[in-house]
Amino acid sequence: MSVGAGSWSFTEDDFGAITHTLQTFLFNSNARCALLVDRTGQLVATVGEQPSFDPTAFATLTAADFSANDQLAKLIGENDFNSLFHQGEKESMYLADIARRVILVALFDNRTTLGLVRLKIKDTVHELTRQFEQVFARHASGQPQAPGLLAGAEDEIDKLFG
Amino acid sequence: MSMINYASREINCKIVYYGPGLGGKTTNLEHVYAKVKPDTRGKLISLATETERTLFFDFLPVDLGTIRGFKTRFHLYTVPGQVYYNASRKLILKGVDGIVFVADSQVERMEANQEAMQNLYDNMAEYGYDLTKMPFVIQYNKRDLPNASPLADLQGALNPGWEITDVSRQRVTADPFRPGEHLVEQLPTGEWIERAPFFEAVAVTGDGVFDTLRAVSKLVLKTLA
Repeated sequence: MSVGAGSWSFTEDDFGAITHTLQTFLFNSNARCALLVDRTGQLVATVGEQPSFDPTAFATLTAADFSANDQLAKLIGENDFNSLFHQGEKESMYLADIARRVILVALFDNRTTLGLVRLKIKDTVHELTRQFEQVFARHASGQPQAPGLLAGAEDEIDKLFG
Repeated sequence: MSMINYASREINCKIVYYGPGLGGKTTNLEHVYAKVKPDTRGKLISLATETERTLFFDFLPVDLGTIRGFKTRFHLYTVPGQVYYNASRKLILKGVDGIVFVADSQVERMEANQEAMQNLYDNMAEYGYDLTKMPFVIQYNKRDLPNASPLADLQGALNPGWEITDVSRQRVTADPFRPGEHLVEQLPTGEWIERAPFFEAVAVTGDGVFDTLRAVSKLVLKTLA
């Protein structure tokens, strides 16, 4: 297996479509913010109120949270938990799986309810799954991604650490 | 699995530091955290026990600057070294782009090193990754200790080389990180083998830490070029 085989990328058009879906969800659910996190811990997109915390750290911990819960699911005889809910005094978060590759995180406070968020996230998950499956299918079909994009990168690394 | 975001013009890569317990994986990350400019790195996150043993992972994002208009960001992870945390070790390997194996040079840790190396191969294979075909470097840590094994013993036990059967790759290849030495060579028996690049280090003082990181980063970026 070549290392790049698992890589994926998305274009500005993909990004626009995904962002639109998330904005619609925020409007309908009254959640504060929606984040998309790749299962390996990379932040893919943020829509809504910009979070005050470090989004990179948040993304890593979200992926770890989901992975740990997947293992817990297996221990009790389930394949996975496709959604998780963490309740706080003021702030809560709802996490949902998208196409087994991405996690949708909705942050919300007492301006809305868990019921409404859960209801509205259902259609959003469906739509995002469709959009991401298109992105993955395009990559699997072997369309080239940025050939030679990083030629000359070695000098830059040397400069940083030199 | 690197992530390239054309909209925000970012390339994100994942590097995992693997190895036996108390070998210095977290110390590697702590040194990078301390030495890299604050505006080029994020928070160092440690999910550790009260006795500072890594429970799940440590995490440090480091920006390597902009290349061709793309921000390159490396996400450095360590795994728990203790064998009974294998479930969490395996989870961290998901989507990995490059591996650093941090070996403990002390003679009495040889068996623990070998066990961890075997465990790395096994866990990678379960994801369908072939360690011999991806960016992989070995760091021999704690070289300053009086009970450190000779380099040749460590190489023999942990990096003896894997066989190359592809004829087109059967040619002597210099080790770019060690002048005068080779990564690919033919044994007297006629067999062609390839070894992983290796580095000597004393992570507590920082010796060899950046050499290791620089090497694995280069190898990862080359796979994207």
